[in-house]
Amino acid sequence: MKTPRFEYHAPRSVEEVLGLLAEHGDEAKVLAGGQSLVPLLAMRLARPAHLVDINNVEGLAGIAERDGVVTFGALTRERAAEESAVVSQHLPVMAEALPHIGHISIRNRGTVGGSIAHADALAELPAVARITRAEMVVRTSTNERVVSAEDFFQGHFTTALGDEELLTEVRVPKGPAGAGWAFEEVARRRGDFALVGVAAMIALDGAGKVGEARLCLIGVADRPLQPSAAEAALVGAEPSTEALVAAAEEAVRDLRPSSDIHGSGEYRRQLARVTIRRSLEVAVSRAGKAS
Amino acid sequence: MSETIAFDVNGQHRSAEADVRTTLADFLRERLGLTGTHLGCEHGVCGACTVLVDEVAVRSCLMLAVQARGHQVTTVEGLADGDQLHPVQQAFRESHGFQCGFCTPGFVMMTTALLQENPHPSEEEIRDALSGNICRCTGYQSIVEGVLRAAQSASG
Repeated sequence: MKTPRFEYHAPRSVEEVLGLLAEHGDEAKVLAGGQSLVPLLAMRLARPAHLVDINNVEGLAGIAERDGVVTFGALTRERAAEESAVVSQHLPVMAEALPHIGHISIRNRGTVGGSIAHADALAELPAVARITRAEMVVRTSTNERVVSAEDFFQGHFTTALGDEELLTEVRVPKGPAGAGWAFEEVARRRGDFALVGVAAMIALDGAGKVGEARLCLIGVADRPLQPSAAEAALVGAEPSTEALVAAAEEAVRDLRPSSDIHGSGEYRRQLARVTIRRSLEVAVSRAGKAS
Repeated sequence: MSETIAFDVNGQHRSAEADVRTTLADFLRERLGLTGTHLGCEHGVCGACTVLVDEVAVRSCLMLAVQARGHQVTTVEGLADGDQLHPVQQAFRESHGFQCGFCTPGFVMMTTALLQENPHPSEEEIRDALSGNICRCTGYQSIVEGVLRAAQSASG
């Protein structure tokens, strides 16, 4: 297979990248890990005139923790995040989600920022970004802004990123103290795209009731979906099996997932119902009572 | 659009002319004549084209050759020492860890990377590490045995 023709740029600094994006606008595409973009090029679903390779850019990769927030340079490899002690200590839901991304050789190249900017509706990291209330740092040659995960993901392969903007950093807050987190996914085979994936968080109050609940679903809509009514229904409840089953039922009530070769919409909906309940159970089992 | 692309392959500095859109896999095979790296799906699903870049396993169909500049690439041709097979190759041979052999270079490279990082993997870790490599003869059982044998031979 041959990709379409493009002009290749290998800038060494963020400023150079931003200059190229400003110059070429929607004719340019940023190449990070390439694990999604290169297949799209090979199948000619993407035909950028300019490919801006950010792999040689200084200072765009790295993981750091400060004041309850873990920051990822956009070019941080998924495998580096998976092996990071900072991630396993502070972001258990991310640590649990990462191994579901493709395979080791994919994660060796694939990047945290690339997965989020690509915004595949079946991808794990957008769900992690949403459930953790992550913020995306986005730059142009003249401006920098911070976009919430809620605003960032807008649909299939569609984000708040403008043509001249580069995602430079992802900031992930640790979340409430003592919260229990879980990430559960059902796929046809190990490493396949998810049929359904669920991220869950439960924080208990001093009385052992649910103080805060978060859910995020992938595979059932055109973007990572937070079922806010189901989350709200859990708050103040005893984390009993009945409450979790009811929350799962509420979460899937209005879901109408589409059908494809991998599974029917109704099957996905049933998988979502079961997987939500399971992930909530795991999150509850990991949650500590607030002291 | 064609330019000179040069980087180290199997410890030797190699250089050739190629279009910038050439994948690393095509560059290795067609420009450098290193046809040991096989191409199955050409879009990152089958793992047949797995090579090591700076000792890390990657899919050479998902990397452009120009991106290998400044990096060390190892292909299956770089494993054996003359007529002496690499321990992973020897173990695959003894375990009948291949049938038609098409997927074998990818499995061997993935296994080499796995054992460098984790010299004594459990069977579950082996299956996870190899889950991104497809064998259409479905010879997985003997491939996993080959990896276990390679891990044993390295420690023995």
